Amino acid sequence: MSDIMDIKYAAAATFSSAKELYDAAGKVKEKGYSNWECFSPIPVHGLDAQMGYARSKVPRFTLAGGITGFFTGMLIVWFMNEFDYPLIVGGKPYFSPIYPFPVFYELTILFAAFGTLFGMFFLNRLPRHNHPVFEHPDFGRTGDDKFMIVIEVEDPKFDDEETVSFLEEVGGKAVQIIREPID
Amino acid sequence: MSEVKEVEEHEILKKVDPAPWKDVPLVLNNRDYKWVTDKICGIVESKTPTWWWWCFITALCIASFTGMGLVYLVSTGVGVWGNNNPVNWGWAIVNFVFWIGIGHAGTLISAVLCLLKQKWRTSINRASEAMTVFAVLCAGIFPLFHVGRVWFAWWLFPIPNANAIWPQFRSPLEWDVFAVSTYATVSILFWYMGMIPDMAVLRDRATETWRKYFYGFFAMGWRNANNHWRNFEMAYLLLAGLSTPLVLSVHTIVSFDFAVANLPGWHTTIFPPYFVAGAIFSGFGMVLTLLLPVRAVFGLRDLITQKHIDNMCMITLATGSLVGYAYAMEFFIAWYGANSYEGFAFINRAFGNYWWSYWIMVSCNVICPQLFWFKKIRQNTPLVWIISIFVNVGMWFERFVIANTTLSRDFLPSSWGYYSPTVVDIFTFFGTFGFFSVLFLLFLRFLPLMPMCEVKSVMPQADPHADH
Repeated sequence: MSDIMDIKYAAAATFSSAKELYDAAGKVKEKGYSNWECFSPIPVHGLDAQMGYARSKVPRFTLAGGITGFFTGMLIVWFMNEFDYPLIVGGKPYFSPIYPFPVFYELTILFAAFGTLFGMFFLNRLPRHNHPVFEHPDFGRTGDDKFMIVIEVEDPKFDDEETVSFLEEVGGKAVQIIREPID
Repeated sequence: MSEVKEVEEHEILKKVDPAPWKDVPLVLNNRDYKWVTDKICGIVESKTPTWWWWCFITALCIASFTGMGLVYLVSTGVGVWGNNNPVNWGWAIVNFVFWIGIGHAGTLISAVLCLLKQKWRTSINRASEAMTVFAVLCAGIFPLFHVGRVWFAWWLFPIPNANAIWPQFRSPLEWDVFAVSTYATVSILFWYMGMIPDMAVLRDRATETWRKYFYGFFAMGWRNANNHWRNFEMAYLLLAGLSTPLVLSVHTIVSFDFAVANLPGWHTTIFPPYFVAGAIFSGFGMVLTLLLPVRAVFGLRDLITQKHIDNMCMITLATGSLVGYAYAMEFFIAWYGANSYEGFAFINRAFGNYWWSYWIMVSCNVICPQLFWFKKIRQNTPLVWIISIFVNVGMWFERFVIANTTLSRDFLPSSWGYYSPTVVDIFTFFGTFGFFSVLFLLFLRFLPLMPMCEVKSVMPQADPHADH
């Protein structure tokens, strides 16, 4: 067994309000860090821009789902009522884009909704039930009333002492290094 | 980015003295985030209260009536219900439309009010969405068992079967299969997705192993990271955007079950909007029926405030008035359209063999909610609760009136009949209230009944630009 029980993952600082987190995030961004993340019990308004995040890509999945759903609807109606087993009902056409529209419409929404949910999961890289950030003793509070900034060791600008003191400088409390256990 | 601009003093402001705008806070008594978390999580984490067990056991007993009714129906045949010529739909369609309609307020609160940026929705949306899901499950029972040989119900779905015949998509009943199953699925997805961050909170607070696994599994490893929130908020907005046309389409398609038929009293273009308004009306009635006791029992007066009750009452009033307008307009068009069958259908509705059901409907749906014009009444919670029950009763009767008056008196007097439910009908429907309550009680016990992250984000502390 090696002597190393854990490796450094990141430096973390807690904040007590959305405003403090917002201001500090601006400073971290300004300093030029790239591998860092904010944790908060609520989606903080305007924090995306402050952190330099682009618009979320979830809509692409929604659109793809919606288009797939619409044509799936058309395909099943055409295949079942016109191609595979045509049945005369009330003298109506076997297939038309008009009368079964509710079917296309509902399937568009159904597939778009699945696209949205799974797109969200995919973009967030979930499900992932283990993560080094969970090792932070106060991590649970970020869902309650604490705000946190975590700067990863992988960040090219990361430096043990400098990053810790920088986080204290921007108003972070209880700055500490998160260690990821290895086995 | 996003600097706060100083508002210039406008010339006009110097001349007039504008009245101060008093914004009633959505969370009373200056509560902080910790209080909200402890309050909502506490409901789930505390010991099961005795009243919960009593309610649960009672609800189970009531639900067994549906169980017994269905077992008897499946083992004997669909003839145990009162449906017969000429009223072949009877209570089955009435109960189906009733429960589906109840569900609509949940989607309205979670989706439409989200798009309209109505912040007061946050403390009631989770419970309303739960109500939607459970109501749709109750609704599904009736058409499912009305097909008679329920083991063939899967033929409704486009799955290959031994007869090599597919569903035929020219029937509104087939559209309904797609509408209702999509509605159930999307409602569950929306409900579940909104719960993910709250599940994570419960996971992080959990001390017992089963809780860690249960909430941990459903939280999917959510980390409260801003990157997560960014995609989550976008997905939430999109699901709200998808659910809005969905909820409107579902009751539209339900109304097609009637409106596409060539029968007097059914074949009208007013049906889709009229059904949607009625659905929202009945749903808000049910939201009030459920949430007022929940608010009292769990002491949630700081979260479901008088403002919330006022708003819900006012929506009930608005939709109730819309429904009343639709009733009047139906009568007007029946006269104006100069079709003697249509005219007869409506005279018969109000004064014919089912006159009593029509007037129960009008008094519960049109007259009763008018009481919500008065602030005194809206502030009287027990009275609001009683009126909400009347709304539920009235909306059940609306569907009864629509389905039965037309069918029992159609074109030829020789085919007229009078429909009465059997005891099996009554038991099966009565039991669905127990089934619904069982599910709702389980929801209250095991899932966060309010979206904590959303409630917190409408509190003043959420503003990153203000000094708190």
